[in-house]
Amino acid sequence: MSEPQRTPFVDSLLEAAAQARLPGSGIGWLDAARRENLEAFAAGGLPDTRMEAWKYTALRALGQRRFAPGDAQAATRSIDVSQFDLPGVDGPSLVFVNGVFRKDLSHVDQLPEGLSLQPLSQALLGDIEPLRFALSRHYREGGDVFARLNAALAGDGVVLRVAAGAQVKQAVRLLFIGAPAEGPLAWHVRHVIELGDGAELSLVEQHVSSGAQQDLGTQVADVVLRQGAKLRQVTLQKASEGSTLVRHDSVHLDADAHAELYVMELGGSLVRHDLHAVLAGDKSRLDTRGVFTLRGRQHIDTQMSIRHQALNTASESVWRGVADERSRGVFRGAIVVAEGADGSDASLSSKNLLLSGQAEIDTKPELEIYADEVKAAHGATVGQLDERSLFYLRSRGIPLAEARAMLTAAFCRAVFDGLADDGLREHINTQLMAHLPSA
Amino acid sequence: MLKIENLHARVEGKDILKGLTLTVNPGEVHAIMGPNGAGKSTLGNVLSGRDGYEVTEGTVTFNGVDLLALEPEARAAAGVFLAFQYPVEIPGVNNTYFLRAALNAQRKQRGEKELDSMQFLKLVREKLKIMQISDELLHRAVNEGFSGGEKKRNEIFQMAVLEPKLAILDETDSGLDIDALKQVAQGVNALRSAERGFLVITHYQRLLDYIEPDFVHVLADGRIVQSGDKTLALKLEEQGYAWVNDKDPALTGASA
Repeated sequence: MSEPQRTPFVDSLLEAAAQARLPGSGIGWLDAARRENLEAFAAGGLPDTRMEAWKYTALRALGQRRFAPGDAQAATRSIDVSQFDLPGVDGPSLVFVNGVFRKDLSHVDQLPEGLSLQPLSQALLGDIEPLRFALSRHYREGGDVFARLNAALAGDGVVLRVAAGAQVKQAVRLLFIGAPAEGPLAWHVRHVIELGDGAELSLVEQHVSSGAQQDLGTQVADVVLRQGAKLRQVTLQKASEGSTLVRHDSVHLDADAHAELYVMELGGSLVRHDLHAVLAGDKSRLDTRGVFTLRGRQHIDTQMSIRHQALNTASESVWRGVADERSRGVFRGAIVVAEGADGSDASLSSKNLLLSGQAEIDTKPELEIYADEVKAAHGATVGQLDERSLFYLRSRGIPLAEARAMLTAAFCRAVFDGLADDGLREHINTQLMAHLPSA
Repeated sequence: MLKIENLHARVEGKDILKGLTLTVNPGEVHAIMGPNGAGKSTLGNVLSGRDGYEVTEGTVTFNGVDLLALEPEARAAAGVFLAFQYPVEIPGVNNTYFLRAALNAQRKQRGEKELDSMQFLKLVREKLKIMQISDELLHRAVNEGFSGGEKKRNEIFQMAVLEPKLAILDETDSGLDIDALKQVAQGVNALRSAERGFLVITHYQRLLDYIEPDFVHVLADGRIVQSGDKTLALKLEEQGYAWVNDKDPALTGASA
């Protein structure tokens, strides 16, 4: 490969790194990890579309942009968070504005027994040894450029632990607010989440904006479920229309653990979500449900990989994509059943709907099986609204625009049917309806 | 109410209707019978505004309005209802939600006040009695997993709720056993009124044993070749459609 060009993007972030006074600096291993990742970022730059993981997502335009190192007023900006309230989600919360923790907007008092929840900036001041494994990761894959950047520059984020056997009844909410500052800025958050043996947690991750800023946000999350732990996570992404948001989630499941992940992607201009899950323990199970709906010139790229590497593991993934106007959706679902992971059961469905002749969706299910007695199924489709259904609705008096919206919402709705929380499910469906084209 | 004059229509470049003329007045039940390929379903589709049907000649007016100039939803709001031969399954759209959206969309287009959920529920309960449909079907997605009979009854139930001025039944009897046929006919008969006209399109006379028509028309090769009262249907049943062709040699010539 040729020498990567020093783009304005890389320059501006290297400048940011030079100025940064990150929490935890002075800790030898952390300094080293940050430095190594920054060097890798500087040397590798942004990948181009010749790299498989970025085949459908060009970063040329991003490469020409500069981002300020951060928002000096992030800690004090006045923001009405009630506008982002979710029905039935009123338990503990951590709120971040432009990547900076806001204690005044968060609820961390009287945490339920067994739940430990604090911002990374604070955790780095205490016993950091438990964080060492996650925070000293070195992202060597060329495609993990934003994870490198995050590892080099993240000074805040979420450290969440549920003690073995603890069942946290109230949903914990993580709220990330993008707020307009002087100019486009970059922020980075890093999460470390661990559920002990038999622990249970319901988590809501929310990305929202209070303005029309064009920022870059990066997030890296390491989630570990110990034996028999249960996690239900709902991610609602409604970042500002002009923003770039890159999330990199790694989920590790020990024996008998069960993760249910729901994702709704509505906002952002350029959005990338990497979700890597490893079913490491026997009989662990992962369910993923996701919807992305795009309009305008939005670009949303989801890269999911699930690795079955233990006996009798199961994964079921159901994803729906809708693209209107000149938008582009990308979905890659790669499932690997490793040697020895006998009795695994994997299924993946990716169905997509194009509402405009100029929209595009690329979906790519991949299945690699190296074990015996495996059940695996995958299907991917890209289609348009069914003319017969449209006519049926219109023949009953429902105008074309409404009929289209109704069918599109129906197409997405099944994804969240399994979500046990009625209030949240209704909220999601309402948000979906509001985001879908009405003409 | 409905005035069809010299209607010519084509599908995929092929002429199907070739000069059909028919008038339906309020309160009348007209049966349209004919062999396969005569243009029966095309007539229903042209009247309800389905895409892909090109009208090349003739006019259709509905209470004085040019029906062919209206979008399908506007035709529905004007009072035209098509009971589908093959009702469409729509997963993810709840039957009750759909029906309320349809009724309110029609009311809105007519400048009437929309019904709130309480008013709508009251209306639905009244109409349920007529159709003897179980509540359970209402809670499911539109036609999804319905049996053939349930789908057809659901069509008539929608008709009962939407209260059209003109109901077009497109081979509603196809695929029904005798019990289901009777139930559907019973629903239709309950909706007969002095203000409402019916166009009952069917291949077989059987349905007309239960829905008694005022007029019977024989459609062959895109035109009405014979009209009469209900005895015409019985005659067709006895002698088959070949009799119509024999009777009208001009027709055979025209289609050659």
